[in-house]
Amino acid sequence: MRRHLQFGIKQVHSSYLDGRLSPHLVTEQAVKDALSLRTLNAFIRLTPELALLQAKESEERFQEKQPKSELDGIPIAVKDNFCTANVPTTCASRMLQDFVPPYNATVVSRLRQAGTVLLGKTNLDQFAMGAGTVDSIYGPTKNIWSEDLSKDKWRIAGGSSGGSASAVAAGLCYAAIGSDTGGSTRNPASYCGVVGLKPTYGLVSRHGLIPLVNSMDVPGIFARSVNDCVKVLNVIAGPDSKDSTTIRQPFRKLQLPEVDQINLRSISIGIPKEYHCLGLSPEVLATWTKIADILECAGAKVEQVSLPHTAASIFVYSILNQCEVASNMARYDGIEYGHRALDERSTEQLYATTRAEGFNQVVKTRILTGNFLLLRKNYQKYFEKALRVRRLIAEDFSKVFETNNQAVDILLTPTTLTEAPLFRDFSALSNRDQCAVQDFCTQPANMAGIPAVSIPVRLSQNGLPLSLQLMSKSLNEQLLLTVARWIEAQVSFECLESGQLQAAEQ
Amino acid sequence: MRNYLTIRRLATKPILAQEPFRKWKSVVGLEVHAQIASTSKLFSGSGTSFGAPLNTSVAPFDASIPGTLPVLNRKCVESGIKTALALGCQVNEVSMFDRKHYFYADLPNGYQITQQRAALANNGLMTFPVITPGQKLYYKSVKLLQLQLEQDSGKSLHDDHLKRSLVDLNRAGLPLMELVFAPDLETGEEAASLVKELMLILRRLQTCSCKMEEGALRVDANISINQEGDPLGVRTEVKNIGSVRSISQAITFEINRQLDIVSKGGRITNETRSWDAEKRCTVAMRDKEVLQDYRFMPEPNLPPLHLNLKPGSRSTSELLSVAELSEEIPELPEHTRQRLVEFNKLNAETAIILVNEPILLEHFMYISKSLKNLPTKIITNFLINDLLTYCNKLNLNLDDCTISSANLSDILNCLHLEEINLQAARQLIDLLHKNPNESVANLIDQHKLQQISNVHEIETFCRQAIANQPKAVQQYKKGKAKALFAIVGEVAKISEQKANMKIVVDCLENLLKTTAQK
Repeated sequence: MRRHLQFGIKQVHSSYLDGRLSPHLVTEQAVKDALSLRTLNAFIRLTPELALLQAKESEERFQEKQPKSELDGIPIAVKDNFCTANVPTTCASRMLQDFVPPYNATVVSRLRQAGTVLLGKTNLDQFAMGAGTVDSIYGPTKNIWSEDLSKDKWRIAGGSSGGSASAVAAGLCYAAIGSDTGGSTRNPASYCGVVGLKPTYGLVSRHGLIPLVNSMDVPGIFARSVNDCVKVLNVIAGPDSKDSTTIRQPFRKLQLPEVDQINLRSISIGIPKEYHCLGLSPEVLATWTKIADILECAGAKVEQVSLPHTAASIFVYSILNQCEVASNMARYDGIEYGHRALDERSTEQLYATTRAEGFNQVVKTRILTGNFLLLRKNYQKYFEKALRVRRLIAEDFSKVFETNNQAVDILLTPTTLTEAPLFRDFSALSNRDQCAVQDFCTQPANMAGIPAVSIPVRLSQNGLPLSLQLMSKSLNEQLLLTVARWIEAQVSFECLESGQLQAAEQ
Repeated sequence: MRNYLTIRRLATKPILAQEPFRKWKSVVGLEVHAQIASTSKLFSGSGTSFGAPLNTSVAPFDASIPGTLPVLNRKCVESGIKTALALGCQVNEVSMFDRKHYFYADLPNGYQITQQRAALANNGLMTFPVITPGQKLYYKSVKLLQLQLEQDSGKSLHDDHLKRSLVDLNRAGLPLMELVFAPDLETGEEAASLVKELMLILRRLQTCSCKMEEGALRVDANISINQEGDPLGVRTEVKNIGSVRSISQAITFEINRQLDIVSKGGRITNETRSWDAEKRCTVAMRDKEVLQDYRFMPEPNLPPLHLNLKPGSRSTSELLSVAELSEEIPELPEHTRQRLVEFNKLNAETAIILVNEPILLEHFMYISKSLKNLPTKIITNFLINDLLTYCNKLNLNLDDCTISSANLSDILNCLHLEEINLQAARQLIDLLHKNPNESVANLIDQHKLQQISNVHEIETFCRQAIANQPKAVQQYKKGKAKALFAIVGEVAKISEQKANMKIVVDCLENLLKTTAQK
């Protein structure tokens, strides 16, 4: 009865082709499942009418044997910070609670052109500022792997794209779009046991992604397998005239070799010692070691490397993040769109009340700090210095990837330091501390603009997913995902069992 | 005793005044915002036509709709480069965009995208003629410190009656070139002359319409005074200068205001003042920008702008060639003036007037080519003294005067061949303006404007005039030569302004001589 949920996109597509399944049927099931799993709070807004309409159109294309792509008729979800024409896009904030964009983000329109079905918009931390999907005006998103979804015993999905991760993990859709500024795709992917890809900066257009940090934001992809992830990437990647920071050279679609064709003998894997950090759980460490061993046994060259500026990265990230946030949030004044306070004593008063009401404490703190850091007297001391250290961090990576005699192809690290924390433990920390711990392993890739992927490896003693991260040099997605695909095949990570799903639906 | 003290006090005064008198100098610097003539905005595809219905030329980016990104308009960069080259700037191989933050209702993003750290071009120099009434013509040079690209803001409309503010975003995101000049000027006239020359150059390049009345060119002036040998004084900024004439008036007013304050022992405060064209004075603006911190930050959504500076290079879809653009620069006004002086033998003042009025210049070039034998002085006199005066009298813009160069050439030809006189030529200007499709020959026929040069006819007129003006004849005969004008005027009246005056004067002199001999 729920068999389609366990399918990969390739199988669903061939089932559509031979008529065993239909896009309409699958979409109906997805909508039904999403409704029955409302307790996860993965979606801010389901778009069942739109989804069923799109599914019907897709079905007609299959009947005429003219599907638009391998993704035609595949239900997907999109994080609620990507603009969708005529579908509200809230950023989980009061400020944009009623904001209906007049246009589609490039990622959204490319998915549409490929024939995918938009199931709904997923939950996030307000304006993507967080690492738990706990700071949303629509409430937190729960992790489907939680031992107990009731009361305060449930586990966080991670963030900020927790809604997308949770939706894919629960099998509500085959893939989902998130965004990744410091780990917002890889972190929840790690906790929810799904594949989470942060592509090279500039490979996927940011047009229509409501910005957090323009110089680091990248649309991310959630899928249940590396192959599915590649299919989505192949549809959304490539230059876009609407985003001047996209890489101009044409995108060559990735094609991964079959697992048994992958030869690791020519591949060199680096283990950066700085990622063996304070707070790393023994279980994650053991997982990391295990995979390094497996790779070495299969013939890969595995060696320890050093990225000496790693420890500074999180501070630099924090400064640059807050400065760009202060700037990007300046547009929310209630004049053109978004929340507008009733206080009209003066223009300044209108701004002040609008912004006080529209933003949560996290957003306000970052705006205030960012503006302080950008003051003329502080600019050189903080912003400029942060840019310089950012360059050092990027150089760390290029040294490791490009030094002639001992260059490595792939870096293997943890994604998160632990399994998914309990909500009550996580929410006891401040947002700042949450992010400082959660983003430790993930944000350096954003600082350098390089691609990184999180893949689930095994379950912890508590039955929660443990994942690892792979990174490579810019535009090296082909090799990155090939190695990810190989690891995925070795570990055959257990997908959710029906028992867990049924328990959640109660 | 009391009286004595008073006297003593007064007596100390001259001692204070013994400080050597040092002359006050005024220092003026200009910042010009020129809207780049372009069909779409600097970072979005929306239109730019002036006077479009409110809020109709607004792309999502212009309204700061979240998720939209700026895309740099190539045409605007080309215009910026051409302008920079024409103003002798060094165009930078790499320039960058920055965000300048401030909250204002007509600034949708909460920041303006501009070029603060690395502008498109720097280090230009403008040399231009200055004509001050009653003074000799001289040339002045001013350094252009920086030319940068930036976006315009929207417009706020305040409804005092309803106590509401409304915002029009048609202007938001229009492309601007900001030109920052060094404070190398001294007077209002120099500033006005600089702007006039700049307008001529921008119009030739077609990079700006320069219509100040539409806000396409906006001038802010920084003004200070100091005594010779002292460092520059505290400056004030004057905004809202709406016309070329106002530039000179506003700056002159501001210099005098500052001199007045200082002479009374006061101090100048650093402030922004607005020019009130009706009351002809500058007024302090309410929102002083003294404490603004713009929190500049690099614009992360626009990669640095790279240009190809190699000589002989060509533009590609990715990279603009400065060398290629330099080939598109037309002859500049100063070059035209030199050509007029050297080749057409005009004097400098006349050359300036012609270059200031492109239509006159066009007429001049046409006529001097078609009537090669006519002295250029006659052509310029006719164009400046007759055509321009005619237009000024009717309050008519030269652009709106539809008389063709060919028609003007025909008039001058007839005048030169003495087929008509100057009086008729002036009348023809009026007739042609009202009947643009008529030929000069037809109009002369229709209105019987032919000059009468027949000696017998003229003698008849002269005799009658002498009869009509006995008093003048008497005075003339007593030796008052000027009295002849009255008799000549009488001939003009009798002949309905058609008599050839050269012959009339000869004839009258002869007649009066002969009658005197009798």
